[in-house]
Amino acid sequence: MSTMTMEQRLALNKYEVDTEAHIRLKQDVCLQCEARSCLYVCPAECFKEREGKISFSHEGCLECGSCHISCGPEAIEWSYPRGHFGVSYEYG
Amino acid sequence: MKESFDAIVVGAGPAGCAAAYSLARAGLDVLLVERGKFAGVKNMTGGVLYGPVLNNLIPDFWKEAPVERHVTRHVITLLSEKTSLSIDFNSTGLDESLQDGYTVLRARFDRWFADKVEQAGGVVITGVRVDDLLWDGKRVVGIVAGGDKIPAGVVIAADGVNSALAKKAGLSARLSPENVNQGVKEIIRMPRELIEQRFNVSGDGGAAIHFLGFCTRGVHGGGFLYTNRESLSLGVVVQLKALIENNLKSVELLEGFKAHPTVKELIKDGSTVEYSAHLVPAGGLGMVPRLYTDGLLLTGDAAALVLATGRSLEGSNFALASGMAAAETVRRAREKGDYSQETLSHYAELLSESFVLQDLKRFQRSAELLENQRLYSVYPELACSLAEKVFRVDGDPKKTVWQLAREEMKGRVSIWTLLKDALAARRSV
Ligand SMILES: Cc1cc2nc3c(=O)[nH]c(=O)nc-3n(C[C@H](O)[C@H](O)[C@H](O)COP(=O)(O)OP(=O)(O)OC[C@H]3O[C@@H](n4cnc5c(N)ncnc54)[C@H](O)[C@@H]3O)c2cc1C
Ligand code: SF4
Ligand code: SF4
Repeated sequence: MSTMTMEQRLALNKYEVDTEAHIRLKQDVCLQCEARSCLYVCPAECFKEREGKISFSHEGCLECGSCHISCGPEAIEWSYPRGHFGVSYEYG
Repeated sequence: MKESFDAIVVGAGPAGCAAAYSLARAGLDVLLVERGKFAGVKNMTGGVLYGPVLNNLIPDFWKEAPVERHVTRHVITLLSEKTSLSIDFNSTGLDESLQDGYTVLRARFDRWFADKVEQAGGVVITGVRVDDLLWDGKRVVGIVAGGDKIPAGVVIAADGVNSALAKKAGLSARLSPENVNQGVKEIIRMPRELIEQRFNVSGDGGAAIHFLGFCTRGVHGGGFLYTNRESLSLGVVVQLKALIENNLKSVELLEGFKAHPTVKELIKDGSTVEYSAHLVPAGGLGMVPRLYTDGLLLTGDAAALVLATGRSLEGSNFALASGMAAAETVRRAREKGDYSQETLSHYAELLSESFVLQDLKRFQRSAELLENQRLYSVYPELACSLAEKVFRVDGDPKKTVWQLAREEMKGRVSIWTLLKDALAARRSV
């Protein structure tokens, strides 16, 4: 089996993406953060680093909770998506 | 819908379904609320469901529930970079009633269980996220969901590891990168006959394989492979702290695991159809919060009731048993017409009498002992390289296994460290 890109992985799942993000990032806090744990712990690679800045997109989120537990500076306002929205597993 | 309920259960995983089913069957007015479109669509587990607890609640559940296979082969496999060494326990010859682990796919299993709640007379609503608790002073008196306030005598929080309700009530388990593990998993579709041939199982029999070593590149965690009817569940579980400290991503570990020569052969000709992630509270008793307050009980992962030992990861039956104990507590409380914490303290008594708190106590030191890095690196490598030497016939004069072992240990681990670790393992495995 060949390796898959994250886009290919996430495309296997079914999502109903809410227009409203269920996770919010205080990007100014990230500027001061050295650990940048979110880049490693997010299994859907929702956090990206570019030119020293962290950006976040909620679309591929697998709703695990790793980011808020691992973010030392508490830059993340976290909740599950509203009912109905987000990822739905067929197998689980 | 009713204006008010005896009890509202939040979350339709094993804890919530077991609680709501027990209450509905006892004749209470119960509402079960689940945020997923259907029960189960948000949930992922390894997973083996150990049967006896559910069997007490629903006798012979496995005859009607969508379980995948009953586990007839338990395998532990140590991985070095290129080789592997396994212990393979095969119980095909035992009576079926003794083979009580079932592989399950939660999207199917939880939906069945939520349907059972409905059949027993409970009200189930899905696609609704509970946003808050309803308070009367310091007493929980219901929930808030989508702007609606729904009152109830008591609320049972069964909303899983990231429990928002426990947080709102100030009862959260202390989640930290040290005591939480991340699981990522693929469902790999494979024809039934191929699974049976390759994993040496037949009929409804199945294999549960746990891996240690190279699957996590030697950091705190492990790998798993379970056979379902027509698919494999393959994944790795890694401590969050280990990911952060080593700048690793689970998905990279998963790819490496799949590319290992031993694993590659096992998944060959399969196709990946789903990718999922979920957390497991793995800190043991030390992270379990206060389990109740006035009008509220915490169950399952929401209360971090998971047993992680060097031997296994068990959460489903802890969730089921705590859900059942919560229901029993609520049933008694309703008879008294009193949901104060004094009455609800019966819950803690029930859990102390059951395996839930007894196992967590017995394995209290597991979390600490599982921090030993040698478990994930030195020992799996040592075992594999020793096996390689033992099985190699190269024309040179032979050495005894003991001589080979001493040679392999050199530079890796001292005999004293090995003995110390072995003694410590007595208490955690
Ligand atoms: C990778 C992995 C492998 C595992 N392997 C095993 C195994 O082999 N054997 C085993 O016994 N255990 C295993 N476990 C542990 C086991 O899966 C859990 O302990 C168990 O699922 C906990 O059940 P629960 O009902 O407490 O929580 P969950 O199953 O997480 O259910 C919580 C439910 O609440 C819902 N919910 C959450 N918030 C809200 C809200 N605000 N409003 C409405 N609904 C909400 C969720 O959608 C979900 O349906 C594993 C776990 C993982 C992650
Ligand atoms: S770990 Fe937290 S603070 Fe640091 S970059 Fe990530 S989100 Fe920002
Ligand atoms: S909840 Fe999990 S998947 Fe979603 S952004 Fe956070 S770490 Fe990534």
